[in-house]
Amino acid sequence: MFRTMSIFTSLIKKETLHLLRDWRTLTVVLIMPVVLLLLFGFAISTEVNDIRVVAVVDRHTDVSRLIMERLRVNSYFTFKGEVPFNEVEGMLRRGETDAAVVLRTDGGEIRSQIITDASNTNMAQTSVAYIESVIGGGGDVPVITSTLYNPQLKSAYNFVPGIMGMIFILICAMMTSVSIVSEKETGTMDLLLVSPVRPRTIILGKLVPYFILSCIILSAMLLLSYTVLGLPFSASALNVVWITVLYITFALSLGMLVSTLVSTRVTALIVSGVLFMLPVVMLSGMIFPIENMPLPLQWLSCVIPARWYIAAVRTLMIQQLPASYVLQEVAILLCMTVGVLALAVRNFNSKGLFNNAEHP
Amino acid sequence: MKSLMENQENAIEVKGLTKLYGKTVALDGISFDVPRGGLFGLIGPDGAGKSTLYRILTTLLRPDAGTAVVGGFDSVRDYRQIRASVGYMPERFSLYPDLTVNENLQFFASLFGVRVADNYDLIAPIFGQLARFPDRKAGALSGGMKQKLALGCALIHRPHILLLDEPTTGVDAVSRSEFWDMLATLKEKSITILVSTSYMDEAQRCDRIALIDRGKILDVNTPAKLSADLGENLYAASATDMYPLLLALRTMPGVKRCYTFGATLHVVAGAGFDARKTVDVLAASGLRDVRLFPVKGDIEDLFIKLAGDE
Repeated sequence: MFRTMSIFTSLIKKETLHLLRDWRTLTVVLIMPVVLLLLFGFAISTEVNDIRVVAVVDRHTDVSRLIMERLRVNSYFTFKGEVPFNEVEGMLRRGETDAAVVLRTDGGEIRSQIITDASNTNMAQTSVAYIESVIGGGGDVPVITSTLYNPQLKSAYNFVPGIMGMIFILICAMMTSVSIVSEKETGTMDLLLVSPVRPRTIILGKLVPYFILSCIILSAMLLLSYTVLGLPFSASALNVVWITVLYITFALSLGMLVSTLVSTRVTALIVSGVLFMLPVVMLSGMIFPIENMPLPLQWLSCVIPARWYIAAVRTLMIQQLPASYVLQEVAILLCMTVGVLALAVRNFNSKGLFNNAEHP
Repeated sequence: MKSLMENQENAIEVKGLTKLYGKTVALDGISFDVPRGGLFGLIGPDGAGKSTLYRILTTLLRPDAGTAVVGGFDSVRDYRQIRASVGYMPERFSLYPDLTVNENLQFFASLFGVRVADNYDLIAPIFGQLARFPDRKAGALSGGMKQKLALGCALIHRPHILLLDEPTTGVDAVSRSEFWDMLATLKEKSITILVSTSYMDEAQRCDRIALIDRGKILDVNTPAKLSADLGENLYAASATDMYPLLLALRTMPGVKRCYTFGATLHVVAGAGFDARKTVDVLAASGLRDVRLFPVKGDIEDLFIKLAGDE
């Protein structure tokens, strides 16, 4: 027992040295999630802020003053003041304003017109919606909108589960498979096998350091989400942790499966990159909502584990619902993990004893 | 387990070993024995099946037919015992380039559950210069130093049998010579060594050599005997037009064999061969710039001879 432990620790120590020596990769892996979080959280925001607005008013009334006051105090607008109507087009053209609100009093009733610069459609649509909500207060049919769970519609929240879904595939599936396959390629795997060490110990020694690395990244991401991004902290954070550990286990099994199937680093990289990373980005709902996809793609997204993981984490992190609301996602993820792990172990057992890679 | 090994006369026994890669026959029913405590050479060109043989002996490959017994253990049934007891140095010096000399050594020692200090006496003579750079990355070492480190790592658990697959490929001549001196020292410590090479001068330093080509053992003998077989009169020939020269030489009296050898032709001369006269006759027949001079036989000459004899 003592002997096995010491072999195991030295395998882990060796793997850790590899990781630490390859400081470029390590930096990328540690910095990337943080940068992605901050980028998506602040810089790449789909929110529209600081819409510059001018107003054209032919006759001031209580209502028009009220609307102008609202535009002035609302933090989404930068109110640039009142201008004559004939200047509006010039200002829009020169980019001095993003929108203009034209208020005309016609027989005691206010009629409004919104003119926007639609060269950026996203911005134009959003600003029209904002302005409508500001001036529409006097309408006949009031619309009451409630945005639950994310009342300020902060897009940062949305990206946290997605980035986690992506980064763990990257570290666990891609890095472990490349690391195992690279030992096959350089021939050191043969040396490891021609020793008293059991093949399963070798593989476990490969998986553990990446598991630890993933846990470090998970802690960093949760810490950032709950502090810098201001995600409301609740007991569901604990649920996020164990579901993520399940997801990490899945990704590690995937990495092991890949390493039993391919024999060069490049193939391992391509398989994990194209087969795993792309679907996570495109089809998991991380960026593009699954509901907007054509049906075949929606079905395809069902086999992507990240979809279920991201859905579960969204429910727990953003909706802050108890774990009982994500049972379906967890069950699917668990089945996938067991399946992939069983396949990887079966492949490994049939090949691990005799490393039947053909020799050049 | 130990006693079984000590009673064994042969360290390695190979019987009818066959390995196929799809339709390609890598090993074609080969048999040979390596006596205990000897330095046994496995000589053959690239693609002869040497590495496949090593991978079967080290239990990394399963043979399709036949048996291999290493240190008294069957390569399929007792693979774990073999893995724990032999020292193996694969074709490329498989080390961790990002780990230092010491870290590599420590790691391989720990794999076998031994401490570097316990067996350092065995590898100290090998390390020599290398001992001065314990903190240098293995990837930054020269070919010769990498080779020494790889040998050190293969020896760190004091194996009884050392399996070295082309250990001198890609290493300079001085390091090669030093390496064979080390193997001689190890042999004195009654370690059985099976070493493969494609250099004839290295084959001379083995106790016995097996010639292997296209998956078959052509001959097993002492180097002296095999060299004697090569001791025939061997000449290298060249002219401006090589092909007419080849055809002409094959018709000359006393020429046993003539074949292309690199940029020249090799002529195996028998009784009644006169080099000077041959040159004159060839020049008279219109061939320009004819040269003919004696050369020492190479391993390939031996293979051509053996293949011709079959």
